[in-house]
Amino acid sequence: MTASIGRRSAEWLPALGVLVAMIGLWEGLVKALHVKRFLLPAPDAIWRAFASNQSLLWRAGWWTFQEAFGGFAIGCIAGILLAVVVARFDLLGHALMPYAIAANAVPIVAFAPITNAWFNPLDKSSKMAIAAVLCFFPVFVNVVRGLRSVKPQQLELMRSYAVGELTVFRLVRVPTALPYLFTALRVASVLAMIGAIVGEYYGGSLDSLGANIEQDASLFQFERAWAEIVIACIFGIGFYLAVAAAERFATRWQPRIETSGS
Amino acid sequence: MSVVEIQGVSKEFKGGTVALQDIDLQIEQGEFVSLIGPSGCGKSTLLRVIGDLIEPSRGAVTVNGKSARQARQDHDYGIVFQDAVLYNWRTVAKNVALPLELAGWSRERRQARVEEMLDLVELRGFADHHPWQLSGGMQQRVSIARALSFDPALLLMDEPFGALDEMTRERMNAELLRIWEASKSTVVFVTHSIAEAVFLSTRIVVMSVRPGRISKVIPVDLAQPRGTATREEPRFFELATEVREALHLGGHVEVPA
Amino acid sequence: MASVAVERPAERGVGVKRVGSRGVLLLVVLGVLWGVWEGFRAIGIHYGLTRPFTVDATSMPHIHDMFKALFERPNAEGPLLIVTLLEAAAFTAKEAALGFAMGSVGGFAIGALLAHSRMLQRGFLPYVVASQTVPILAIAPMVVIWFTNPNSTFHVTAWVAVAILASYLTFFPVAIATLRGLQATDHRAVELMRSYAANRWTVLWKLRFPTALPYLFSALKISATASIVGAIIGESPTSIAGGLGGAILNFAQFYSFQPQNLWATNIVAAALGIAFFLVVVGAERLVLRHAPENVA
Repeated sequence: MTASIGRRSAEWLPALGVLVAMIGLWEGLVKALHVKRFLLPAPDAIWRAFASNQSLLWRAGWWTFQEAFGGFAIGCIAGILLAVVVARFDLLGHALMPYAIAANAVPIVAFAPITNAWFNPLDKSSKMAIAAVLCFFPVFVNVVRGLRSVKPQQLELMRSYAVGELTVFRLVRVPTALPYLFTALRVASVLAMIGAIVGEYYGGSLDSLGANIEQDASLFQFERAWAEIVIACIFGIGFYLAVAAAERFATRWQPRIETSGS
Repeated sequence: MSVVEIQGVSKEFKGGTVALQDIDLQIEQGEFVSLIGPSGCGKSTLLRVIGDLIEPSRGAVTVNGKSARQARQDHDYGIVFQDAVLYNWRTVAKNVALPLELAGWSRERRQARVEEMLDLVELRGFADHHPWQLSGGMQQRVSIARALSFDPALLLMDEPFGALDEMTRERMNAELLRIWEASKSTVVFVTHSIAEAVFLSTRIVVMSVRPGRISKVIPVDLAQPRGTATREEPRFFELATEVREALHLGGHVEVPA
Repeated sequence: MASVAVERPAERGVGVKRVGSRGVLLLVVLGVLWGVWEGFRAIGIHYGLTRPFTVDATSMPHIHDMFKALFERPNAEGPLLIVTLLEAAAFTAKEAALGFAMGSVGGFAIGALLAHSRMLQRGFLPYVVASQTVPILAIAPMVVIWFTNPNSTFHVTAWVAVAILASYLTFFPVAIATLRGLQATDHRAVELMRSYAANRWTVLWKLRFPTALPYLFSALKISATASIVGAIIGESPTSIAGGLGGAILNFAQFYSFQPQNLWATNIVAAALGIAFFLVVVGAERLVLRHAPENVA
């Protein structure tokens, strides 16, 4: 918190340097080696494609983001609710957790054609459905773990105050589970974007990002395809950062640990 | 009327371990009683039986003339564990205020009381800090302030200074005596440090292992108030020797960490 | 920031009796899940549910029909579906395994490199983290088309291109876990090694690497599934027909006629994902059998 501006810039300057160097190197290599444009377009060509299709690109990105966010909300809320019930009853936990862990090992995005068949593939709901299923499992598993990771002495203290289970839940279990929840939410934000875009590969409205990327790639419109990927990155990173900001706010009492975890 | 009255209490855990056998003990208003003994003698279990955190297999416990359960529900005691057990998501002030919140005190009363308690444990400037910003000794002081905040008749302490270094521990001992005198409460204190027990207590209950039972009760007649000089009095060493011998008779002595 | 949902298998050392009762419990849950599916289906068809989706024999085939479909021939003269699907699964597994291997080795190397330089970390770590937030599968069509293009200098056969994509998905969790694991060493243990006058490599090999192993394995478990996902998705844009991704695309087109075939394919895909995961869990148990439970 007391870090001076000088120290802060020392932290992000190397990253900025790498970004500039990478783009420069990319541009330079493409130009110098005369790499054919269908292999890898140069950054300036991508930028031109980006600039000339801006409104269309943002609209497609917004469309896909809405699907991802809708699925995220549905999947996370369902995961949290079920976790609260499961954490309360041990038997239910023993019964369901192995399935949840197995489900985490399943390539769930491969089920996107099924949700496309369930709902109208041109409709946002089909992508929300697959995104919701993708988000559900990590959130469920992590929240159950979080609610259960309360230390026994904290429960003894609460017992010494003779308070009910609801109070213990509110005062102890929920705050303990918050960091676990947010770890899962960050993962879920990424999964939701992946779910929406892959769902669109398997058939989606041409107003969406995934369908556009697929079409442009197969038509060898690589500059446009890369521009669309840039948009996907912007929405993906924005989504992630929004969740990370919410995490910072909700767990602002926590000591901050550096990214490297050292 | 005794503050704590324990009659014929035994505790067997599942699997047949006898943690406590036929314990009789009375603790009077204003006493400072230490329970000392080797690991596994059931001293922590006995403390938890008094606090109704563990139910005895046989026997009866009354606190303030009520059943232990009723006393717990009436918030008749405060408890301090070896770890401070503070909530990291609450500031120091809010940690101290926790039991008051649960008892439904108004915000103004809470605030006034918290200030008073932080003065008592000399942490006035740290109200808005988070627990992880404090040292181990300071955390434990917050935990003591929390336990005393609702002015309980009885303070239960389970090796509260066991994790602290020797110097901090001695300072906390003196601090605790000062708080005890100021708050006029009754203290039941679990420890495995002989010096700590002698320095703090008005009475030491020596327990033996397998099964856990009381092997000797030693009254401590050191003058009050006690201070650094107390630790150098000949009587201090006599009492420490007496406790050590009682521990030897009841089994091996555990060397304090 | 860069945390990954860490999976840990159920506690070890449960008694035989408990394993037995646990097995019964799992079977009961399986029965309940089956009942929920069939129950919802029956109610949905009876009351003509159209929300959240239209429930009929196409959207929700009987579960027993999905499994039965495995042992039927989609074409009169073709092989049993299960034979086709197992061949496809083997093909996809080959891609995923190569990708998994390349990604793990690469991820470990990058993680180990970053662990040794604070400057490199500051320069590159934000991108390693950011790349996790990028919908990586968005570039799937690009990468595959890129590497399979005959004019490319790096021209490779289609399945290797898919493996490269799978390796990309495997890479990041492993890199970050390696970095964290190598940095998790207790500094007192390092000091002990120093007191033995151990050199940098000995410290790395005898101390840092074993400390990092549990971290590494939790990442590998995530990567195992990720490599399958990468392989299946990577197959789609190139219409590589041999694998599960191709089979999914194919049966998705005929979903309204034979929905059970797509379901059967997804069951095989799910089984493949779980099988990969279990292989890593098995390797973890073998390697870490002496490690205490509470690591990582």
